[in-house]
Amino acid sequence: MIALLKRDLALAIRAGGGFGLGLAFFLIVVTLVPFGVGPQSELLARIAPGILWLGALLACLLSLDRILALDWEDGSLDLLATAPLPMEGIVSIKALAHWLTTGLPLVLAAPVFGVLLNLAGPGFFWLTLSLAIGTPALSVIGTFGAALTVGLKRGGLLMSLLVLPLYVPTLIFGAEVARRGAEGMAVETPLMMLAGITLAVIALLPFASAAVLRVNLR
Amino acid sequence: MASIWEYANPKKFIDTSNRVIPGLWVLALLCLVTGLIWGFFFTPDDYRQGSTVKIFYLHVPSALMAINAWFMMLVASLIWIVRRHHVSALAARAAAPVGMVMTLIALFTGAIWGQPMWGTWWAWDPRLTSFLILFLFYLGYIALWEAIENDDTAADLTAVLCLVGSVFAVLSRYAVNFWNQGLHQGASLSLDAEENVADVFWYPALVTMAGFVLLFVLLVLIRTQTEIRARRMRALLARERMQ
Repeated sequence: MIALLKRDLALAIRAGGGFGLGLAFFLIVVTLVPFGVGPQSELLARIAPGILWLGALLACLLSLDRILALDWEDGSLDLLATAPLPMEGIVSIKALAHWLTTGLPLVLAAPVFGVLLNLAGPGFFWLTLSLAIGTPALSVIGTFGAALTVGLKRGGLLMSLLVLPLYVPTLIFGAEVARRGAEGMAVETPLMMLAGITLAVIALLPFASAAVLRVNLR
Repeated sequence: MASIWEYANPKKFIDTSNRVIPGLWVLALLCLVTGLIWGFFFTPDDYRQGSTVKIFYLHVPSALMAINAWFMMLVASLIWIVRRHHVSALAARAAAPVGMVMTLIALFTGAIWGQPMWGTWWAWDPRLTSFLILFLFYLGYIALWEAIENDDTAADLTAVLCLVGSVFAVLSRYAVNFWNQGLHQGASLSLDAEENVADVFWYPALVTMAGFVLLFVLLVLIRTQTEIRARRMRALLARERMQ
């Protein structure tokens, strides 16, 4: 499992820019928002937590098809399936690798981008914390979507349609933590709900992802 | 005693449903026509809402069936996963567009009702929002069925999607509740509530709801038959090409 994780990480970092693209996309979204809604700093401060969460979510979404598609094309997924590793382990490692290469950079960059959107002072801590807790859920749910659509030629758009509704609860609670934190309100309830969602999908969803991946490899 | 699993045989399913369908047509039309005419012309106007209250007879039954259609798909998907009866998978596939249309009807009649009552076509109210999300789930489910060529693969994948989607749909329902307080009234038709709608409105609504349930069953039976026949036709064509 460790070997697989190392391989996936090495591939993501070395193989032509997949690593930084999510981050660059996040930056572009954040840059475009003021053009769309105007540069008034109070307005930006009010929508900053939601925009940052949405940007991180979309950046996550765009990199999902790389989780499994490349391994599917060159056949290494078939090899992995015959390896002594359980399929649930494989999809979990894939999700972890995706989070380390996409989610974690987003979490670390979010405070910097928060400055661009004039995020309120106490918001920085809660935004980073909520992203750190919430993005693993995005990776795990996304792996499920990637496993569903891996056999399709042009599955990217379909995968967005399947994955985005599943992201709704995570987004609601994550953005709520960031918003309440920025406005100095109590954050315990949404924070615990967010953590609960993340832990539940990490524990349960790999079984569903593995099941659909087995169907697709049949 | 005849077991329900006999209808896993497509031929048996088509024969039996052919016997049931004419009766269902009559009953469904009877219920819908009676309920709607009764509701539209023979109930008093509400003292606050005037005659706009009458869209209730379309709004509530369609909303009810929008949720129940997904529930039926969930049960059919479970049966497919556990017992691998093809009719069950096809029934889930057949129910999805019907459920999606029911969701749309509920959303549209709700908007038409909301405009005079709340002064807005749309509000990000928990109930409205979760219905919109339900609509998205239907869209994704149907799109996945359409995208995959192999029938068994498609049935397996959509069944898992239906299971996972159900969990997330319920989760979203509670999440949006938390996220925004609503304009929509609470449940006005629950069986255990102290205060329900008055009987004058309740009886015609009950009849239209029965009509919508019958209509749903009818449409799903017909669509399942169509799916079975389409699959047979594809098999025959494939066999012809082989020769």
